[in-house]
Amino acid sequence: MSVLRSDNYDLVVVGAGPAGIAAAAAAAKAGATTLLLDENAGPGGQVWRGLTSTPLTNRDMLGKDFWDGQLELEKLRSSGAEVLQRATVWSIDPSLQVGISHGGASRIVQARRIVIATGAMERPFPIPGWTLPGVMTAGAAQTMLKSSGLVPSEPTVIAGQGPLLWLLAGQILRMGGRIDVMLDTTPKGAFAAALPKAFGFLTTPYFRKGLKMLREVRSKVRIIKHVTRIEAQGDGQLERVVWETAGGKRGEMASRLLLLHQGVVPNVNLAMSTGAAHDWDGLQLCWRPRLDDDGQTTVPGIYVAGDGAGIGGVGVALARGRVAARAALTSLGKSGQDADLSAARAELAKANRGREFLDLLYKPAEQFRIPEGDTIVCRCEEVRASDIRSAVDIGASGPNQLKAYLRTGMGPCQGRLCGLTVTELMAKARGTTPEQIGYYRLRAPVKPLTLSELADLPMEPEAVKAVVR
Amino acid sequence: MTPMFSHIPADQRPTLEIFVDGQSVRARRGDTVSAALLASGLDVRRDSAVSGVPRLPYCMMGVCFECLVTIDGVGNRQGCLIPVAPGMRVEIQRGKRELGK
Ligand code: FES
Repeated sequence: MSVLRSDNYDLVVVGAGPAGIAAAAAAAKAGATTLLLDENAGPGGQVWRGLTSTPLTNRDMLGKDFWDGQLELEKLRSSGAEVLQRATVWSIDPSLQVGISHGGASRIVQARRIVIATGAMERPFPIPGWTLPGVMTAGAAQTMLKSSGLVPSEPTVIAGQGPLLWLLAGQILRMGGRIDVMLDTTPKGAFAAALPKAFGFLTTPYFRKGLKMLREVRSKVRIIKHVTRIEAQGDGQLERVVWETAGGKRGEMASRLLLLHQGVVPNVNLAMSTGAAHDWDGLQLCWRPRLDDDGQTTVPGIYVAGDGAGIGGVGVALARGRVAARAALTSLGKSGQDADLSAARAELAKANRGREFLDLLYKPAEQFRIPEGDTIVCRCEEVRASDIRSAVDIGASGPNQLKAYLRTGMGPCQGRLCGLTVTELMAKARGTTPEQIGYYRLRAPVKPLTLSELADLPMEPEAVKAVVR
Repeated sequence: MTPMFSHIPADQRPTLEIFVDGQSVRARRGDTVSAALLASGLDVRRDSAVSGVPRLPYCMMGVCFECLVTIDGVGNRQGCLIPVAPGMRVEIQRGKRELGK
């Protein structure tokens, strides 16, 4: 891989979403040699996906928030940071060596500091039939829309809860796409529970935007509230969606596409594989890395910024990126960061307002997180909830032991799509807490490598150790 | 089969030719392999590794690995992360996982 300028960088940033872009731009501008790695074809992450390439050039279609990304991208471009797209980071070890694969070849670079900004992924939504072709995440539909101008054109159901669900529905409709029914799974009483935290939220710009979104979608889509059960049915392909509400009403619709979304959670695989400690977040119901005020993990020199540090949205991600970069530079002895660091901290505090309200309002219901019966939990190895419960009955005590019984988490996605479900399901089955149960122990390579990529590696003892365990 | 997704009229990107199981498909420049497959109207369902049941891409953002395809002879590539290129040969992975693959 001769594309890189160096083998050594002051700062390596993983992930070119808002946090990664902000971190890399701030560091490079302050004079640090900076490498930004991203696995997609272009920068932007999920929020600004397709920023440089979207076919949706009519600026109203994606809205101002999307195009604001260009400003941050400009800062990155003029900062002097080196950016490598379509680069997969498959290992980071405590000595701050970064394993990268790009264009079929592999390489290891040495960083002095690392910012992991791998963002969020959608929370698993394990309902009966969710592996059928035609069932996708709402985020997948949003990706299709932003980067390819593709919208649903056949009978479509969108289901779940959270701001992204409404945002996406609005965008699809505005572009002439089709959504027939929205199944809102927000539990009854969630609003009342969130109300005490509403004040902070009312003072944010999200409030006004949120209202507009709700109105727009409500006027065009049939909305079913308080949905407590959803099932995707079909033979080798989604044919219909069946649901039930808290009031006991049943319904169904023939459909080709079911889009699922119940919020996003930090994508923690890379951070966890470095050995950084993670804690269970009882409000957001997910793991998050244990960080100090600067965003540094328990592994010295490794920082996490953006939604990977806990869900906060674009504003928080940008601020966290800048805080981490400034702090990393300060620790490298680059002076003059203090003013910028405190500015970034103030930006972060402001961006965090109102989050608690959203977290409480959109806390996903238990039946959509912890499936019953023979619903598939691990899509890769096709392991069902009932298999896991039986394994617990005969003594499986945690996710790592479960691997030996059932191969859960051992497929290509390495537990990304089942990890949270397995933790919560085992905790419930054993009558204990997610903290007690823990998560899969993750090791490099965190993304599958081909043999030829392995063969390319320089065979220094450290490099070999990073891969072969 | 009519595809589940259609291009919006405003999308005026130039097209290029790829081959899906040998069949010529027009894709838009900038699309990922998975997006091009889903827009093609072909049956692009792969078979799952364990029981051989049909699957399609689920997350389109590199997380779930449901989009695995063979591209220019290399198997198990994540189609949702790789942009189409002129003349690219894509094969849908059928049949259960074979040992050693
Ligand atoms: S569709 Fe999920 S990884 Fe490609």
